[in-house]
Amino acid sequence: MPHVTTVGDVTVIVTESLSKRFPRVTALDRLSVDIGPGVTGLVGANGAGKSTLIKILLGLSPATEGRAAVLGLDVATEGAAIRERVGYMPEHDCLPPDVSATEFVVHMARMSGLPPTAARERTADTLRHVGLYEERYRPIGGYSTGMKQRVKLAQALVHDPRLVFLDEPTNGLDPVGRDEMLGLIRRIHTDFGISVLVTSHLLGELERTCDHVVVVDGGKLLRSSSTTDFTQSTTTLAVEVTDSDTHPDGTRALREALHARGIDTHDDGGGLPGAGHILLLTAQGEETYDLVRDTVAGLGLGLVRMEQRRHHISEVFTRDEQRKEAVGHGG
Amino acid sequence: MAVDQPVPTAPAPSGDQSRIHDIGYRGYDGPRLGRAYARRSLYSQSLRGAYGLGRSAKSKVLPMLLFAVMCVPAAIMVAVAVTTKAHDLPVPYSRYAIIMQAVISLFVASQAPQSVSRDLRFKTVPLYFSRPIETADYVLAKFAALASALFILTGGPLIVLFVGSLLAKMGVAHQSEKFGQGLVTVALLSLLFAGIGLVIAAVTPRRGFGIAAVIAVMTISYGAVSTLQAIADSRDNSGSVPWIGLFSPVTLIDGVQSALLGGTSSFPGGVGPSTGEGFVYLIVVLGLIAASYGLLLRRYKKVGL
Repeated sequence: MPHVTTVGDVTVIVTESLSKRFPRVTALDRLSVDIGPGVTGLVGANGAGKSTLIKILLGLSPATEGRAAVLGLDVATEGAAIRERVGYMPEHDCLPPDVSATEFVVHMARMSGLPPTAARERTADTLRHVGLYEERYRPIGGYSTGMKQRVKLAQALVHDPRLVFLDEPTNGLDPVGRDEMLGLIRRIHTDFGISVLVTSHLLGELERTCDHVVVVDGGKLLRSSSTTDFTQSTTTLAVEVTDSDTHPDGTRALREALHARGIDTHDDGGGLPGAGHILLLTAQGEETYDLVRDTVAGLGLGLVRMEQRRHHISEVFTRDEQRKEAVGHGG
Repeated sequence: MAVDQPVPTAPAPSGDQSRIHDIGYRGYDGPRLGRAYARRSLYSQSLRGAYGLGRSAKSKVLPMLLFAVMCVPAAIMVAVAVTTKAHDLPVPYSRYAIIMQAVISLFVASQAPQSVSRDLRFKTVPLYFSRPIETADYVLAKFAALASALFILTGGPLIVLFVGSLLAKMGVAHQSEKFGQGLVTVALLSLLFAGIGLVIAAVTPRRGFGIAAVIAVMTISYGAVSTLQAIADSRDNSGSVPWIGLFSPVTLIDGVQSALLGGTSSFPGGVGPSTGEGFVYLIVVLGLIAASYGLLLRRYKKVGL
């Protein structure tokens, strides 16, 4: 008999017109998403309903309307079973400063139901996997923000869950710490085999890490697609060049040269210093990079920078509105 | 023989063994013991924490010192009773805790905030509730742990007294009965004090405020009630003395033990409530214990994630 793929096989989280209304605010408005295994980014501005969704998915807050299931378990009736198989890393600080990482994570492992010996073994393993070594015996109060984030992550992974919710794990980290954390998040799925739902208000950092991105705004689903869909048409390049004697305004010269080769550019509208000297253009693929490089070299200008622009969540909104308008005109 | 031949190609074993090998991620397929086990673990961790066990050396000092202070007078009484061959202990079992109420209040004031305010202040509570345990499990474990810690604190000296009374060859049957009544008294006291202390401590994430508030509630109410009782007594209005006693935790327990558990009262004139009034005391004590459990549940329903 051939194997029939059912929803339970491929779906980690599913919600059906899930709504959550508070007396004054609607936190979630008929949200229907279907999230499979892998790393999924949940993107939205602050107050978009990300934390409310996590609370409902952990079975801690009843939905006003609609249904949701996590790992095939109903959030309304099987909350305890869900919380046994799911890990949660909160956005805010949650660590007592006067105990060591080892003591704290062992305690949290036991709170997840692990027997004492297993709790100690899993704690040692997990702390090593998140990159905490000798310092794990020192009180947490003396840790850097990056180390604290690792402890928070370790307590979410210590009971070997099948899914973890990571709420803004890169908050407060410097660029290096951010990259390390994103790398770690990627490994949680590739090496540990644990599915991840990670929230952020920055789309740019998630598109490098996630297989799938869900964008919510005002409690509504704005977009749900795989990250390749996001990046294909939307890679924006920022190019800055020097001026030379032959081309006193290098930026203008490059713009004209690129136009001549059929590439549209637009100026960086941001009011930052030097913004007028940066050209933004849409990269169609590898050949665009070569073309820009050759054009700059042909003009004899110095290439100060050519970089991928991180997308901010607002770009998704504007594109979405443009699309709606286009649909409106078309119909 | 091959044994004598050197093996130059073999790597130096000592250096290799000391290196930590990354053996990759291992999953966990062992047992997951669920809610009841998590609740028990939280209980034992909190109980140990009340005496500073599993915490820093500094945090062991105060609870251990208070435990010693509780036991020393009992030890002295026993020593005196044994040497003078007394026929009864100078203080009844059930009254011992009433005499030592200041020490017990200090213990509650220092350990109730330690138990709950820290989790609130460092926002650790959401980590508990994202696990199989529920609000009720957390409250139950914390309540039971502090009550048990208080029971150890107040029951310890009673054991000293009981062992001493046996050494002094006082009547075993009589002493056992009185010892049992004493244990019931301190059990009620432990539950009542733990409940009041936790309700106050769970309101504030600031440990200092918690300590000050618990001390204030315990000692100010006791001081005020004692003063009013003394005034009422001196104005020949002794009928109102037992009713005033309902308004402080210490006098409540004093009333219950003197009326129902064979103790003597610390009320003015040494006259405690009558047996009938004693039942009112008992109902109030049990009501307060239940109410503080209910208030704690309500408080933690709101904390959530």
